[in-house]
Amino acid sequence: MKRWSLLSSMFALCLTASSLHAKEVVIVTSFPKELFENYKKAFESRYPGTTVVINSKQTNAGVTYLRETKAKPEADIFWVSAPDAFQTLKNDGLLEKYAPPKEILAKIPAKIGNFPIHDADGTYFGFAISGYGLMWNKNYLSANKLAAPREWTDLASAKYYGHLVISAPSRSGTTHLTIETILQAYGWEKGWNLLLNAGGNMGAITERSFGVPEAVISGQYGIGVVIDFFGLSAIASGQPVDFVYPSLTSVVPASVAIVKGAPNMEGAKTFVNYLLSEPGQMLLFSPDIARLPVMPDLYAKGPANYPNPFKTKMGGVDFNDQLASGRRDIVNSLYDHVITFRHKELKDAWAAIYKAEEAAAKSKAPKINDEARSLVAEARKLAAQAPMDEKKASDKEIVKGFQGKSGLKAQMETEWENAARANYAKAKELADKAAGLAK
Amino acid sequence: MATTEAAPALRLREKIDWLQGALMAALLVLLFVFVLYPVARVLWVALADENSRFTLIHFQNFFLRPLFREALWNSLWSGFLVVIFGSFLAVPLAYVIARYDFRGKVLLQTLATLPLVVPPFVGAVAFQQILGRSGAVNLLLMRWFDFSIPFMDGLTGVVLVQTLHFFPFIMLNTAVSLSNIDASLEEMAQSMGCHGLRLFRRVTLPLMLPGFIAGSLLTFIRAIDDLGTPLMLNYKNLLAPQAYLRITTIGIDDVDGYVICVVLVFLSLASLLAARKYLGLAEYATVQGGRDASRRIAGKKLFFVLLFSALALAAALLPHAGIFLLSLSKVWSYSVLPTKFTLDNYTEILFRVPHFIKNTLLYAGLAAGFDVILGAAIAFLLLRSRLWGRNLLDALATLPLAVPGVVLAVGYIRVFHGWDFPGVGKPLTSTWFVLVIVYAARRLPYTVRACYAALQQVHVSLEESAQNLGANRLRTFLRVTLPLIGGGLVAGGLIAFVTSCVELSSTIMLVTRIEYGPISYGIYIYMQSPLGRAAGAALGVVAIVMVGIGTYLTHRIFGARAGSAFRV
Repeated sequence: MKRWSLLSSMFALCLTASSLHAKEVVIVTSFPKELFENYKKAFESRYPGTTVVINSKQTNAGVTYLRETKAKPEADIFWVSAPDAFQTLKNDGLLEKYAPPKEILAKIPAKIGNFPIHDADGTYFGFAISGYGLMWNKNYLSANKLAAPREWTDLASAKYYGHLVISAPSRSGTTHLTIETILQAYGWEKGWNLLLNAGGNMGAITERSFGVPEAVISGQYGIGVVIDFFGLSAIASGQPVDFVYPSLTSVVPASVAIVKGAPNMEGAKTFVNYLLSEPGQMLLFSPDIARLPVMPDLYAKGPANYPNPFKTKMGGVDFNDQLASGRRDIVNSLYDHVITFRHKELKDAWAAIYKAEEAAAKSKAPKINDEARSLVAEARKLAAQAPMDEKKASDKEIVKGFQGKSGLKAQMETEWENAARANYAKAKELADKAAGLAK
Repeated sequence: MATTEAAPALRLREKIDWLQGALMAALLVLLFVFVLYPVARVLWVALADENSRFTLIHFQNFFLRPLFREALWNSLWSGFLVVIFGSFLAVPLAYVIARYDFRGKVLLQTLATLPLVVPPFVGAVAFQQILGRSGAVNLLLMRWFDFSIPFMDGLTGVVLVQTLHFFPFIMLNTAVSLSNIDASLEEMAQSMGCHGLRLFRRVTLPLMLPGFIAGSLLTFIRAIDDLGTPLMLNYKNLLAPQAYLRITTIGIDDVDGYVICVVLVFLSLASLLAARKYLGLAEYATVQGGRDASRRIAGKKLFFVLLFSALALAAALLPHAGIFLLSLSKVWSYSVLPTKFTLDNYTEILFRVPHFIKNTLLYAGLAAGFDVILGAAIAFLLLRSRLWGRNLLDALATLPLAVPGVVLAVGYIRVFHGWDFPGVGKPLTSTWFVLVIVYAARRLPYTVRACYAALQQVHVSLEESAQNLGANRLRTFLRVTLPLIGGGLVAGGLIAFVTSCVELSSTIMLVTRIEYGPISYGIYIYMQSPLGRAAGAALGVVAIVMVGIGTYLTHRIFGARAGSAFRV
């Protein structure tokens, strides 16, 4: 008995002793280690006596963690890319309102393009800007004799069949914003046509956003849809890859927020101020971080030819954030149930369509040609059909029911699945028939 | 005669009941607090409706959804295929290990256990670099023969990877079963004119069947619960990934994720119960005891045996080779081998961030230690007492095998967060100790099984004789029982240690600061950046080496009995 209590009190001592640091700032972040290590070092040397403690989690896990620990928060700062994570936490009341000093905020514009940089209610603040684009593996493309892509619409072309990779928008806040950008840029109907066609060309749909640059860097797939710093930092580290911003793209801020009830409120505020001030912003230019600062004046001091989202018209899309966040859950689930989970059927349908089109192009008989073509057109329509009405996706009642436990979600998902399966099967059937005709 | 026997027996029973009862109660409380309650807190969502009342409607909906029916079918079918193909590899290797003796046999046993240890994330990357569509093998095939084999595509890829990953379970169980067969049974058959294949089919096979089936069922459970492989191959139409994806999506409380977890737990427990039925038969062979039936081989026979083993193991150890190459690489992109090599990765992980390795040794070591003590206590109660609650104890101690890591982790956060654990001064989930607890909980089933199997081979009369001669219970345990079951204890402890080294799913949720992270967490951190994959691979190599050394020592010291740790 005595031995046991001695042991347990020794344990207790060890555990408590290990946490008696001078002033800690605990940060939950999904950023890669190059970024947080640089900031940790810089912040600690500027404010000696403070230790930065990093709790690295994927965005989803980070949100879950904050929700589960809300009774007694342990983290001071939440620091990720995806605006929707911040929206979710704000709606749950888990973020602290803060007003940074005026001199700091004065140097940062209110918007980038149409996207507000900071939250209107002061619960989270943009500290870096990111755009979305296409990253490709040079070795892979040259070995497979493919040209580099330029626009989102390129993703729908037959020559890229099986060579693309993307991560599911439900698993990656940044990919979700890319999908929304496409939907808003091309409209709901045409947007889904493009997404379904591109979906059929995808070799794989990964479940974490870093799966995409990983697949491209290792040469497993040729072209991936990524956030800019993945591409830029990979290039900087000597990997044989390249990156481009399509002309229709969206730039959104990566943000930082203070957790409500943070144990070290002062430290948290200091950290936020640091991120938004010049020394913190200059760190973003480092090649292994490769992000875009929110202070326009800083670009003059940065590296030459660095992308400047305030000067070059990198936008092109009037991004409607309200619309995006309102229908976010439905769009994510829709994508999953008609593309991610039905990927094999979708791929098969598009393979059949491309084959039929190739056969139709080669065939000489004009009458058969026409019939084949019309069959293929019909198949294309089915394989790229927008699976849901746009108005319904934003309908407040439906959204609420979808997020609740009523079973509406299961019902809608089943509908989408069944429709998708039927469509793709029919499309394949028609395409095969057309290919048979065109022989 | 009767009186002298009855008197000591009565004395023993009285004393034992009191202390055994206390031990049983303590263990039940421990398992309730650290296993059953956290799991129940999480899975309750699947059984409650909007008004928090008990309902089975979610399960009804599960079976009505084509996606889930498909996932269920795929999981069962792929699990079955993994067992079939795994057996082709495992049974011959088991026969080689159990029946033949040759130089390098211990090395073979060690290498054959390594496929179980594939570090998360880097294992996946290494697989893709070697067997992926643009991996080394396919690049060579395309260059020489102009075609490629879709090893990693869809369900085929999942079955392939899982077969190579889990076959050692079947092999080890079958080897133990084979080596426990009394040699005299086979000699008798041979003396009656039964030889070769007929001997195998009529005598050996039935006797080894129980161990084989136990191993197969364990493989089946691990295969259907496996999350890492389907995620790595981006194949999501299986139960485990569907559960994981739905539970870890932000913004919505997806009930279906929890329903799938309950279905998985149910399938695993059902398989466990079926395996236990056959385990009863397996003990029949062990009680006979018997001489070691292995014989020395050399020459042509040895050559073929080694050739077969080498081929089988080469396939299974491809990812390990890939991880090793990756750890030495700077650039490996769409080429058969890395184009730039470096030792920087090892410098990084060994000197700049050695805490990952140190933490793993600490956590896994402590967890294994606790598991050995608990496993021995539980096995003792299961085999030597007649208390009520033994079946409950057994079920609770085995339950963690069927629970996904993320469920247990979220359960711990729900149960232990927000209040200061007595004697610690802050919530349990803010400490590194919670990782030790979760590893101990998740690996307890293995040590219980190992201790159980070891204790079964010690006849109770040995202990009773000692007590008859005046030794008290504690002295009997220390001087008689412990030395006899020592092999099983150490084997169980080593398995717990080895499998804790690469535990990932609970670790990610429960690590609250990087300094507390073990190797698997370190790999996760490194795998988030373009340059990090090589350093992550270096950490993976360290984990594999640690496991390799541990396994080698076990087999060296305890021979074929080390396999009893994997029995169900």
